[in-house]
Amino acid sequence: MAFIISILAAAVVYAVSILYATIGEIFSQRAGVMNLGLEGIMLMGAVSGYITVVHTHSLALSMLVVIIVGLLLGLLYSFLTVTLKANQIVCGLAILTFGMGLSGFLGKSVSGVSANLKFESYPLPVLSKIPILGDVFFNQDLLVYIMYLIIPLSIFYIYRTKYGMRLRALGENPAALDVEGINVFALRYAYVIFGCIMTTISGAYLSLAYTNFWSEGMTGGRGWIAAALVTFASWKPRAAVWGALLFGGISIIGTNLQIYLPVIPSQFFSMFPYLATIIVLILASGKFKNSKKHTEEPASLCIPYEREGR
Amino acid sequence: MGNMYFRLEKRIRTPLAIRILNPVVFIVLAMGFCGIFITLAGFEPVKVYAKMIKTAFFTSKGLTQTILYSIPLMLCGLGVSISFKMNLNNLGAEGQYAVGAIASFGFVIYGPSMPLSIKLILAILIGIAAGCLWSVLAAIPKALWNVNETIISLMMNYIALLFLDYLCRGPWMNNEGLNLPYSASINKMLYLPNLFGTEINSGIIIAIISAIVIYWFFKKTTSGYQISVIKNSLSAARYAGMNIKKNILLVMGISGALAGMAGVVKIFGITHRLQPSLPGGAGFTGIIIAYLSKFNPLIVIVVSFFIAGLNTGSYSVQISGVPSQIATMIQGAILVFVLAGEFFARNKIIVGRRVSADPLKEGEA
Repeated sequence: MAFIISILAAAVVYAVSILYATIGEIFSQRAGVMNLGLEGIMLMGAVSGYITVVHTHSLALSMLVVIIVGLLLGLLYSFLTVTLKANQIVCGLAILTFGMGLSGFLGKSVSGVSANLKFESYPLPVLSKIPILGDVFFNQDLLVYIMYLIIPLSIFYIYRTKYGMRLRALGENPAALDVEGINVFALRYAYVIFGCIMTTISGAYLSLAYTNFWSEGMTGGRGWIAAALVTFASWKPRAAVWGALLFGGISIIGTNLQIYLPVIPSQFFSMFPYLATIIVLILASGKFKNSKKHTEEPASLCIPYEREGR
Repeated sequence: MGNMYFRLEKRIRTPLAIRILNPVVFIVLAMGFCGIFITLAGFEPVKVYAKMIKTAFFTSKGLTQTILYSIPLMLCGLGVSISFKMNLNNLGAEGQYAVGAIASFGFVIYGPSMPLSIKLILAILIGIAAGCLWSVLAAIPKALWNVNETIISLMMNYIALLFLDYLCRGPWMNNEGLNLPYSASINKMLYLPNLFGTEINSGIIIAIISAIVIYWFFKKTTSGYQISVIKNSLSAARYAGMNIKKNILLVMGISGALAGMAGVVKIFGITHRLQPSLPGGAGFTGIIIAYLSKFNPLIVIVVSFFIAGLNTGSYSVQISGVPSQIATMIQGAILVFVLAGEFFARNKIIVGRRVSADPLKEGEA
């Protein structure tokens, strides 16, 4: 039993580590801007958070730095894609490469240095006493609890508020918003920056909570899994949560199973998110069982907005 | 105050001088930008750059290294260029590279015994075919149901890379001695022959010939012409009765075949064995190279050479403590800056003096 609980709790942690990036990217893509650089941005978050904590011994300060790094990368990315209207796929790769390189470059100084300070797990009073669920969900660290708040808030924001409606319009038909006098460019900037900040937090979660060290490329593909999850969840935050738990669960089972049952190599478990995303993409293409309505892919995804083009 | 204004004007045709100068200027700016981080890390950027350039291009050992490293990059860059030329985002070169290497190596292990020179040729062809097939697999949903190939080809990278990882740590691991994730080395007779008296393998010839053939294909053949029509206008192509589905599969197939060839060249020309890090990001770098070359196959060869030089250079400065990730960082920064710079090649910035503050008159100016 304790083993199953530990696996479930680990799945929750895994899910949270990609959900920050995934939810951020859902907002960004719903605003019409695709960012495939998540892996690089996560690494920048992880390295900047870790460098700060090594030098200042303050988690609050390092989260602040992580957010500023996300803001700067978001500004850069939105300047390229929204203002300069550059190809979003290639821009994503540019940010990816730059982030991977710069994080490795800057991180060399703290590689192997121990910070001895991380977000420790903190059992919530009362809630953590619930059998099973308490250990799985409520004996976690602060960033996990914040994610519990972000999930309902983001669902409420997207589907229930005026701003959420605008966000959806931004990715579907930005010209309509422009006619209403809403600044399409400024709004896209805001959501791209939000997405990047969330992604750097995802990375910082890895170096400041999940583990407590920095190593080059430590995200190990989680950025790609987060990007896949956006498509897998058809741009729906609720589905993204289930998807993250599913991907997390399978990944944890895959690595744990190696110890007890090395019949199926862990690599095949690791393939699951990618295979599942491909299958979902094909199924959602509208050619099967009228499934067009199940996906909420923004119609203007990857298309820069041009006022003259209206 | 307020009497200056900026206005953007789309250029109808960008002059050749600007088309050449623009990327050069922004590459220099990118190097300057990276200089900030190099300084922050406690090194002198000018010295670091000088050392990198000197080793990568002006020493015989460095130059050999640079050319060797550039071969797979050229092939990946060529492959990606072809697909991007038809507005097909083949982001799967990395996986196609891996699959090409796996298949050709698999043939060496399990193939029937035959004269080794024939075996080498067959192995090369099988690797190319495997890369082609893996890429077509990503294109079939696009051709049949119009599913976006971008994400599918991207996801298939990781399936291929994980499979490669499995093979290197599992059934194909070299169990003699060290417990490292490497396969056994191939027979020396199966190495790609080197060029007359150098340590550069003949893969470079394959890459350059491919580039010329592709250049010729787009300039002179009907299929090449069709592809450029499809890129520019899908409806025009349809009216002209072109088979778009066939062209999608064809282009993605050729694209993957070239990436697969990169894997083959790497294994038979450079590493001589299979290892998980075999593609080492070359498939992604290929996308950067393709974009920087404006999808022109001849320029791909040149750009790959310089990007490879960056890599060789980064190892030369490692001795003095500069992290080797400097290469990736500069590569990313160059792409960021060139992407930004393109805007200024496409648009003219007109700085003018406002005659009157009256907004009504401004429209006439």
